[in-house]
Amino acid sequence: MASLKDLRNRIASVKATQKITKAMQMVAAAKLRRAQEAAEAARPYSERMGAVLANITQAIGGGGDAPALMTGTGKDDVHLLVVCTAERGLCGGFNSQIARLARDHIRKLLADGKQVKIICVGKKGFDILRRDYAALIIDRVDLREVKTLGFVNADAIAKKVINLFNEGGFDICTLFYSQFKSVISQIPTAQQIIPAGVPSVAAETTNGGNAVYEYEPEPGEILSDLIPRNISVQVFRALLENAAGEMGAKMSAMDNATRNAGDMINKLSITYNRQRQAQITKELIEIISGAEAL
Amino acid sequence: MAEAFQFELVSPERLLVSEQVESVVIPGAEGEMTVMAHHAPVMTTIKPGVVTVKTAAGKEERYVVFGGFADIVPAGCTLLAESAVAVGDIDRADLARRIQEAKEDAADAKDDQARSKAEQFLSQLTTLEGAILPA
Repeated sequence: MASLKDLRNRIASVKATQKITKAMQMVAAAKLRRAQEAAEAARPYSERMGAVLANITQAIGGGGDAPALMTGTGKDDVHLLVVCTAERGLCGGFNSQIARLARDHIRKLLADGKQVKIICVGKKGFDILRRDYAALIIDRVDLREVKTLGFVNADAIAKKVINLFNEGGFDICTLFYSQFKSVISQIPTAQQIIPAGVPSVAAETTNGGNAVYEYEPEPGEILSDLIPRNISVQVFRALLENAAGEMGAKMSAMDNATRNAGDMINKLSITYNRQRQAQITKELIEIISGAEAL
Repeated sequence: MAEAFQFELVSPERLLVSEQVESVVIPGAEGEMTVMAHHAPVMTTIKPGVVTVKTAAGKEERYVVFGGFADIVPAGCTLLAESAVAVGDIDRADLARRIQEAKEDAADAKDDQARSKAEQFLSQLTTLEGAILPA
């Protein structure tokens, strides 16, 4: 049986932990708002990019001069997985969910006899995947030092991927990240970015989509410039969604932790009070029986 | 007074401008062009340079863009810039850093084609620096 002093210490330490988790929850809430704003601000660009892309592919007619980034190499032997996770833990199942999805995917690919390469974005995913697939990880990107996620960060990752593609390093590239649905729900998602696939022609531009365009320079040239940029945009969007998701997950994880700490404090306080009462009673009995003996 | 049309300047990070304007000067890849209402549909890449926007209210605003795309239709113009800042907010150090990077790119380009592309980009940047920083 723990002594009264032990119990007191225990309660104090749980209270301190609760203060920390509470503070972390509030920080995550503030960061979440910022991350959500950033994700929202980035939306117009990717929407318009999609519209322009659809338009231009329509002009080319999905013909033979579409760049390889779009049509692929025609093989699917070597797969590149870009796994985006958070840099920090303490956010519930956020990182492990993404990693699990990636791992299932890897297992399936390996079973089919494909070759797999992995690029890890974020420390946590690297830590998890390193256990099973250390040999497959060809690169990792550290965003730990990055305060506010900028397009340059995404661009750097995309450039790496594109360079590797141009060197013939892989045939198909899939991006793993967590889609931000709401604070309590983030959905781990796999999205194929190379080959990009031809967007459906049905996508209308805002102002009369079927106008006859003039292109400066040639559509093919614009497209070969546009596709790499589109990949950067996809990566950027994934990173932003991830950032928002991480903060959301962290917020709910810390909320849970705070509540658990509260429950624990309640239980410990009850035990503490009972024990104190028991001790007082015991002392009283000792005094009374001492007095009776006289 | 010229007719106004909708102009949007979007960078990956945010929507910078979305308003009714009278005319926009765009640094197109094949030369500068002024866009006004009812312009024929054109799609063009843009080079690093200054975008001059004349709003419907008659104000003139200037933005520095570093490459991107313009999608022009009769009813409006959308500029997808890789990165864009108002001329007033341009950071001398940032520009210097970009120029430095471009120089490095030009220096370690692998083949002639890549080198000429990098050098072209570098010269565009230096012209831009001369244009907006009256030193």
